[in-house]
Order: sequence, then C-alpha cells, then structure tokens
Amino acid sequence: MDALFEIPVIGFILQLIAYLIEALATTGLAPQTLALATPIALGAMCGVMNERSGIVNIGIEGMMLTSAFVGFMAALVVHESGPPATPSAVFGITPALLVGVAAAIVAGMAVSLLHAWMSISVRADQIISGTVINIIALGLTSYVNRLVSAGGSAGNLKPFDPPDALVDLPLVGWLFKMFLAVGPISMSVIVIVIVLQILLFRSRWGLRTRAVGEHPRAADTVGINVIALRYRNVVLGGIFAGLAGAWLTLEYNATFQNGMSANRGFIALAAVIFGRWTPIGAFGGALLFMFSEALGIAIRSNPPEGALGDALSGIQTSFPSLYNNVFGALPYLLTLIILAGVVGRSIAPAAVGKPYVKESTT
Amino acid sequence: MTQTVSAPALEMRGITKRYPGVVANDHIDLDVRPGEIHALLGENGAGKSTLMNILYGLAAPDEGEILLDGQAVRIAGPSDAIDRGISMVHQHFMLVPVLSVADNILLGEETMANPIFLDRSEAHRRIVELGRRFGFEIDPEKKIESLSVGWQQRVEILKALYREARILVLDEPTAVLTPQETSEIFAVLRRLAEEGHSIIFISHKLYEVLEIADRITVIRRGKVVGQRIPSETNEEDLAELMVGRNIQLVVDRGESHPTDPTLVVSDLRVADDRGHEAVKGVSFEVRAGEILGIAGVAGNGQEELVEALTGLRAPIAGSVGLAGQTVTGRGPRQLQRAGMSFVPGDRQRFGLVLSFSLEDNLVLTQYDEAPYARGLFRNDGAIRAWAKRAVEQYDIRTPSSTVTAGTLSGGNQQKTVVAREFSRELSALVLDQPTRGLDVGSIEFIHRQVVAKRDAGAAVLLVSAELDEVLELSDRVAVMYRGEIVAVLDGPTAEREEVGLLMATGRRQVETAGAAGAPIETIRMDAEGNE
Amino acid sequence: MSARSVFRLILVPAVSIILALLLGSVLILASSLIIDEAINFALPLVAYESLIEGSLGFSFLDVEDEVVSFALSVDPERAERALTSTVVAAAPLVMTGLAVGVGFKAGLFNIGGTGQVLVGGFAAALVGASVAGQPAPIAVTIAVAAGALGGAVYGFIPGALKAFTGAHEVVSTIMLNSLASFAIVGLVNDILKITGPSFARTADVGNAALPVLFGRNGHLGVLLALAVVPLAYVLIYRTTLGFEIRTVGANPTAARYAGMSPRWLIVLTMSLCGMFAGLGGTLEILSPNLGYYPAIFGTSIGFAGITVALLGRAHPVGILLAALLFGAMRAGAPAMQITAKVPVEIIEVIQGLILLFLAAEVVIRRLLRIKADRVAPDELKTVAKSYGEGTV
Repeated sequence: MDALFEIPVIGFILQLIAYLIEALATTGLAPQTLALATPIALGAMCGVMNERSGIVNIGIEGMMLTSAFVGFMAALVVHESGPPATPSAVFGITPALLVGVAAAIVAGMAVSLLHAWMSISVRADQIISGTVINIIALGLTSYVNRLVSAGGSAGNLKPFDPPDALVDLPLVGWLFKMFLAVGPISMSVIVIVIVLQILLFRSRWGLRTRAVGEHPRAADTVGINVIALRYRNVVLGGIFAGLAGAWLTLEYNATFQNGMSANRGFIALAAVIFGRWTPIGAFGGALLFMFSEALGIAIRSNPPEGALGDALSGIQTSFPSLYNNVFGALPYLLTLIILAGVVGRSIAPAAVGKPYVKESTT
Repeated sequence: MTQTVSAPALEMRGITKRYPGVVANDHIDLDVRPGEIHALLGENGAGKSTLMNILYGLAAPDEGEILLDGQAVRIAGPSDAIDRGISMVHQHFMLVPVLSVADNILLGEETMANPIFLDRSEAHRRIVELGRRFGFEIDPEKKIESLSVGWQQRVEILKALYREARILVLDEPTAVLTPQETSEIFAVLRRLAEEGHSIIFISHKLYEVLEIADRITVIRRGKVVGQRIPSETNEEDLAELMVGRNIQLVVDRGESHPTDPTLVVSDLRVADDRGHEAVKGVSFEVRAGEILGIAGVAGNGQEELVEALTGLRAPIAGSVGLAGQTVTGRGPRQLQRAGMSFVPGDRQRFGLVLSFSLEDNLVLTQYDEAPYARGLFRNDGAIRAWAKRAVEQYDIRTPSSTVTAGTLSGGNQQKTVVAREFSRELSALVLDQPTRGLDVGSIEFIHRQVVAKRDAGAAVLLVSAELDEVLELSDRVAVMYRGEIVAVLDGPTAEREEVGLLMATGRRQVETAGAAGAPIETIRMDAEGNE
Repeated sequence: MSARSVFRLILVPAVSIILALLLGSVLILASSLIIDEAINFALPLVAYESLIEGSLGFSFLDVEDEVVSFALSVDPERAERALTSTVVAAAPLVMTGLAVGVGFKAGLFNIGGTGQVLVGGFAAALVGASVAGQPAPIAVTIAVAAGALGGAVYGFIPGALKAFTGAHEVVSTIMLNSLASFAIVGLVNDILKITGPSFARTADVGNAALPVLFGRNGHLGVLLALAVVPLAYVLIYRTTLGFEIRTVGANPTAARYAGMSPRWLIVLTMSLCGMFAGLGGTLEILSPNLGYYPAIFGTSIGFAGITVALLGRAHPVGILLAALLFGAMRAGAPAMQITAKVPVEIIEVIQGLILLFLAAEVVIRRLLRIKADRVAPDELKTVAKSYGEGTV
C-alpha cells in the first residue's frame, strides 16, 4: 500500500481518498459540511418556495444578511439589558439567542413581504426587486452597524454532543456525527427539507403551489386564489432565509460583519437549479457545493500525512494567502462549474418570473 | 329531445360589457335548457368569449343579470361558478402540462385523506369510473404533456364532471381536433346532454354547429343577431348572419401553371427538442407557380419540418434543395439570401418584435442589406421610405410607421410580416399558419396575396392546422401523420372527409365501422396517449 | 424633443430620487437619535447641505453652535475642487453603468460588474507597472487597453457560459465576482506584492497613471468616459450590430428567425459589458491618487452601475446623467461624514432606495395620476424569461 502512495498523481489521489475516509471517521469533516451547507440549504428552501409558486427570488442574499443583522442586534439588546443567563446544557440556548432567532425569522418574513408586494402586487420586474433587496440590505445593515458600532456579542448556539456509542459505530458512525454533532439550526435543516419535500408532492398545498408555479391561469380557473397563495408562499419562504441569517450570526459566528452573507444566497439559487426545484435535490446541491470548503478547513486544521501532506504544507508556507483563498474560493468555483454542467437540462417551473394578471381584457 | 316544456337551466339577460373603445357585449340575451346543446356562433372577436367569461366569473358585466334555474345569481369568480355547477373548457386548455391527469382533475377540488394530504388512490378510482361512464378508459397517472390533444380535451371534460357541473361551456373545442376526434367528442357531448347536462358550444364552424346543436344563437359585434334551429337553416344562412354580408366563402384562386421544381425535399429527418425523430423521412417537391398545402393535426411533425426548412433546426438526415442548389442545414440568413421567404406560425414570438416600431419590424430580416444598411450603419431614411410604401401597398392600418408593432391589431401585425416577407425577391415561400386568429377581412387579403405570389412564379408551401384553409388554397394537398407524408392529393378535387380521415389515422379507410349515433365504444389510450 | 416629453421622461426618476432623499433623511434623523441620544431635526438638512457643498461647492447654511441659519455662499476655488471630484467620481460610474445598461439592451443582466472591475483594474495595474518607464502616452494607452481587455475577458466567461451551457448570468457572474476577489487578493499577497509599503500592493504604474488635465485631480479618465457615451449610443442605435443586440434583447426567438445569432450576440455583448466595467476599474486604479493595486481593494462602483443603468433607463445619455448624480453623492459623502457625522454608507442606502422606488414605478405613476414614461427597460422581461427557461 505504501508503495502505491509513492506513485505521482495516482499516489496523491489515493492519499486524498485515504484522508477523506479517515477525516470522515475521526475529524469533524462530516458535521462541518452540514454546518456550512446550512445557510445554502435554507436559502435554497426559500428559493424553492418562491420559484415553485412562480416567483424568481434573487434577493435571498439580502434577506439572509438583513436577518443576520436584525437577529444579532435583537439578541445583543436582550443580552445586555437582562441579567446574565446561563446557557442551557444542550445547544447553549439563552433567552437572548432565542429572541435573536425569532427576530431573524421575522426580519426574513418582512423582507420577503416586500419582495412579494413588489413581485405580485406592483408586478415590478422580479429580478430587479431581488436586486433592490440585495443592495438595500447591504447598505442599510452597514449603515446601522456603523452607527451603533456594537462591540459586544450575545454568544452563539452550540453544537450538540452526541453520545460516543453512536459516533463510534463502524461505517455509519460518521453519519450520526454529521447530523447530530451540529447546532440546532443545522439540525433543523434535515427536518425542514424532508417535511417540505413531502408536503410539496403529497399535500393539497403542494399540488396547488406547483400548479400556480406552472400555469397560474389554469389554477385560477378552478377557483384557486393565485395571488394569495403566492403571497403566502413567498412570505413563508422568508422563514428559511431568516433562519439562514440567524445561522450566520447566532450559530456559526457570534458577531456581525458587513456583507457577511458572502454571496451564499446566490449559491443557494444554484442549489435550487441543481436540485431541479426539489427540496431534497437542493439540499444535496448545498452539501456538494460546501463539501469543498469543509474539506479545506479539515485539511488546514488537521493536515494529511505523507507526501500529500508535505506538498500541501509546502504550498501553505510559500503561498499562505493563496492557499487559504483557493480553499475559500472552491465553493464558488464548484457552483459555477456545476451550474454550467446541469442547468441546460434543468427546466424551471414554467411561470417563473412572469407576473400574473388576473382578468384578460380581450 | 323536447324543446318546448322545460324551463331554462341558465338565463343571461341584457348582458353588457364595455372595454375602452369597444362594447364587447351589447345587451345579450341567452337561455339554455336542461339537456340542451346550445351553440353560440360568431366570428373571432364577436364577443362570445367575453360572454362566457362573464358567466364563469372571470369578468364582471357592466349591466344585465344571470339566472340559474330562475334564480338571479351573482358570480364573483371561477370558484363561485364551480360551486353553482358551471364548468368551462377553455379554448387553450387550462391544464398543467407537467402534472398528471389525476392531479389536474383534482386541482381546486381535492379529494383529501386528511386535512393535509391528498387521497390519490380514491381520486384515481373515481376518475377511472367517471371516464368509463362516458365511454373512455383513462390512465390517471399519465402526465398531461404526454397526451394527444384529443385526450387532453377529455381530461378537461372529466375535470368539469368531477366538479359535478350541470352547465358545461366549451370554447372552440374542436379547433385543434381532427374530424375523427371531433365526432368522438360529439358522441361524449350527446351522452352528457342525455344525462341532463346543459352544454354551451362555442364555435365559428358552421357545419359543426349544424351537426351538434339543438339551438344556435348567432352573435355579431357584441349583439345577438339571430337564433336558429339546425333543421330550419343552412350554412349560407348562418354565414350571412355571422358575418353580416354575403361573403364569398372561398377565394377564387384560378388555375395554377406550375413549372420547374423549386423547393425539393428528399428523405428529410428532423428531431424534436427531446431528441425524438419528429419528421421521419419526408420527401416532396414544390414547383414554381404552385401551392402545396400540408394538412395535419398539430404535433405531427409539421412544426419541426417548417423549422428545418427555414434553417431554425438542423435536420439529422436528408436534403433540401432550393432553386437548384442544395441548402441542407443552412441557417435562416443564408436561406433568405438564397431566395426563401418565411411567414412564421407565431407572429408575436417569431415574426415581430412587439416593442420595436413598425419600421424596424418591416426590415427585421433585411436590416443589413442595401439600401437599409450602409456599411456597418443603418440607413434610417431608406427604412422610412420603404415603410411608407409598405403601409400603402399592404393596407396596414396604423397611425404612423413609428408606433410599436405591439399596438397594432393581429390582422395588421400579420400584414406587416407578409409585407416584409412577400416584398423581396424570392423563389420559395413557406407559410406557417398564415391566418391564425385573424378577422375575415385580413384572411381574405392575405389569401389573395398568396395566390398573387403563386401566379408570379413562387413555389409556395402552406402549412396549416386549419383544414379549411389548406383545402381552399392548395393546388396539391399533402397529409402529414406521425412525421410522415401519408398521401398527396390533388387540391381542387380533394374531399374534406378523405383528408380528415388521413389526418386522423394515416389511412384512407377505417376497417371497423363506427357510424355516428352508434352506441359509444370504449376508447383506450395507447402507450403514447393517442388513440 | 418637446418639453412635455422630457417632463414625462424624467418624472418618475426625479420623484424616485426625491422620495429616496426624504426617506434617507428619516434614517439620518435616526442616526442623530443613536449618536446624540436626541432627535436633531436640523441634521438631515445639515447633512444634505454638506453633501452638496462637497460635490458642487456652494453652501446655503450657516451653522454656528447648533444654530442653523440660511446663508448662500459660493467660493469659486472650493466649487472648482468639488466639481472636479464629482466628475472624477462619476467617470468610473459611467463605465459601470454602461456595463449594465448595454447588457440590458441584449436582455442580459450583468451583475458581475464588481468582478469585471477588479479584473480590469488588476490587469491595468500589472501591465501599467510593466510599462511604467515608457513615455506617458504609450504607457497610458497600453495600460488602459489592458484594463479594457481584462474586463472583456471576464465578461466573456459568463457570456460563453450562458450561450453554450445555459448557466444564467445572474448566478454565474456573482460566482465570478467572488472568485475574482479571492484570486486577486491571494496573488497580490503572495506573489505580486512589492517590498516597501506597509500594506500589500502591486508596483507603481509610473507613467501609466492617468495624467491630470484640470483641477487638483481631474484626470484623463473623465474625458475617456465622456467619449465612450456617444460611442455607445451610436453602437446601439445607429449600427446594424446594435439593431441585432436590441432584437436579441427584445425577442430572442424573433432574432433567431431573422437570421441573427443570439449566442454570438450574447457572448459579444457580455464581453462588451465586461470591457466597460474593466475600464471603470482601470480609471480607479490608474487614477493619480492610486496608481497601484492594493490587496484589499474594496470598491462598490460595480454594484452602483446597476442603479446608474436603471436610473438612466439603460440609455447612454441617461447613464451619463445618473452617473453624475451618484458621482456627486460620492464626492460629497466624506464631507458629510465629517460635518454631520452621518456614515458614508447612507449613500449606498439612498441609491438602493432610488432603485426601490424605480422598481415600484407603477405605484408612483398611480399616485401622481400623471402620464409618465416607463423607466424599466422592456428587455428585463427577456432576463426573467431566460432565468426560467435556462436556455438561450
């Protein structure tokens, strides 16, 4: 086996595979992937809710950023005004964090309401509406952040610590670790994805939503209120964008930084396309896109051994900034490549982007 | 059928609807009895659809009232109409293509297993049962997009029945059907009427109305102009009522004097968007000075054939010759240069840029040729001069040549396309549905222009889903069925019924007798959702 | 053009600007609440006045010990300085505005201006540094051309991706924005940085810096921007290529039928858009105040181009006017931050609000009950449609 590792290229690939297997089993690679995929997957759920009802939403990015900021500020205000609270043993929940998450969700829904109003009632161009949201969100959060220049933090939600007995199980242990050794928002993703998937394809709401996204006039002629359903779905979608924002400032980080959503909202859109507008598929896309970043973190914190590790640490010493930036850029690059590879064969709901006008005037 | 005693199931009294600049319905009265098939006859734009939209709650009347079983009702929206037992089969089917038959029928009237989830198995059972009652075996799992038009029509009717409709409105239900499919649907409609349903049948086809209706109400320019019983009227009488003057039903096209083969197609094979072979080895030739019509039900490969001939789609095999040169696989630009002109089927999608001025649209395919271009630049003076001539020559009614094409009526839009495509030097002319959705005046005008082009020596290929149009204009008629040309007939002598049968079955004779009035046989779907 | 048609043309944009400034003043009031813990009702006026002073050079207020009185004063020297910084700030915005506006004409939504600005500026900096010793006319020409080319290449990528794979530019250009910033930061930090300065940056561009032609820093880029506007106009409205671009934007299927090649036109137009944005970045990097590429180079001119293009109705002349407006805001913002302590980020918020009201123009027209022209380009329909269809 060792001899094989010494062959150039093939040896590197073999070492990488060996490292992956080991990293999955021993390091935090699996839960890290789920954690990083959380905002992407949640953003994608927002996208699915919108696009399945016929609304393009490129404002997910701005919704996330707004929620991240509002959630953070709300938590901070409660944290600093109330008596010090002891975080709960599981997830490290405090009243401040709960308020923060709730505020983030409300903020997500509020911004979504703006998008719904613009897209459905005003019948503004939906892509422009989303762009407006992104620009205002970035400007307004930066402006208020500068004004209040809040230095403090309300802390953040902590990953769950699953029992060793589960995690150490051979072959499947890493799966338990992936879905259990994460914070509450990441953990909720899997539930949200499955519930949405089932509702979309088995419930009355799902049937009506899909009809409205494909052929709103047909839905209208059988008495479905297209406008109301679209409003409801867009606003409910805001819950997921809000949760994604909460993840940014209340789970993965404990502070707010200007523009910290870092185009995750757009990666989420790519995940929607990759998943062909299904919740499960989009979740798969999110995991795929973010695995590369998780791997980068694992390699940097726990470099592989042997020739591969030597090569990597050699690069790291000579080009520290490039080394880090290449790992940082991987999700974006992967998204771009996969988008180019799949999108041609992936067709959106037919009515996406087209405002619905109720009465024909002919 | 008794036509005297029963009280009307539906009465519309004095219905008036005004739109800016036009009175779409002007005090229209209409009554429909239980078990009656009542035809509403009128030209495109006469106000039939507006009246039915009012009945269905899609538009609110400015005046008038609606009575159901003698009770005045207000219908605020489709769900109101459905609740009161009114259902509508729209001309453009209101079906979601990517959903299954069952999901489409369920939509809005869902059968639930519990407050959240659908009960699909119960729904399937009811749908299959309902279909059998009216003589067809339907697969509820099939996606709508995989069904033939005839079957989609049945799904629409099932949708109405699933909602226990008593009054069924069918808006131009036969527009996209073959004569065979039409008579099958007629059998279903008669069965429905026997069971006591009232049916409003909207059409502008005289012979159909005469065949199916118990009573006929004729509408012209928003007013009721007469009511007839089929046994006491004929096509000429109805036509006069409908159009208002003694119209010449057929353009006098004179004799053709064909010369050399100009457009020669041999063994052409073309794939559709999904990669299936839609045109399966088609060969024909159009000679200079003749019109070859291609008849066929929409979706039998005509669209792909036209796209291949005009350079929008590359054929997978075979060859196309134009005036002696081989032009297989060339793009639209090169074909236009080689003397091919093309009037596309969907003028708003292909033929025009609605947000551009009439002038720009008149040079859409010649903008880079002299005199409209000088080097890399546009020559606006030459474009304007040509627009002025075109507006006169082709009777395009417009306030000026700088208004956007989107503000013109359908007839004037099509005349714009015709002006552009007919006015350049050409040896072959491909016409795809050249008069779809136009008023009688524009149709006549365009038909005359087509005949004039033929007489000037062009080879004309006419593709149309309107069998009447093909029969009216063509010197020879080719019938396309499932991607093949199954017969070529002499135009002036071709029989409507024979062509219809070829369109529907690809054969000239049916082996099994299925005469009208015979008990309904159960019709089954085959693997492709066709009969 | 008659006065009435001009009125109808500018009505909605003007109302949007006014509404945005009004709403902005509410935010400024809120800032006084946070900073001074009391609402200072004069603050919006003071802030906007300092904004005007910093961008146009005249002041109309006199503030002494919290007492505000009206007093018009014009200082010619100050006015010259202010106006110069306004046009200097507007020049790159003209470029990035065209980068979005020309895209609209072809039914493309280029939100990749940010990345194209970075790549264009980076290319100009690298090439500029390598010709730093050449005579200025040669050095400047080569460096500017390199910036244009760099941007064009970075616009070509999403164009080709859309034309040949169907990847929509709304997502692909955003990914490219992130990629450009990661890659350039890494390259400057690890490979291209010069020793000497306290922060990582590339070598000086020397003679390739844009020469100052007027005022303190009125450089060649201003003339360049002024020259590009009529060129863009002629290209779009007077050439057959422009007709093809507009046809593809208005109705891609009709363009195909008319024998045009939507694919080629998409690739070409995106490259052109990238070129404009690249020039925008070039003007920033080669400007006499900078003259090198710093590893941490934050610029918002790419995104601002979206607002500029929409406010200017995607028309070159409109874009020029909108760029001047936003250039003025940018030029005046630092003065406003010093005088009124309102963070400069308010400018971005006001820009976003203008866009918000433009997007909701239907509401404005309905409220005013006045016939006014639509602002949103028709071609936006093509953008939304191509997003849904995923193909060209």
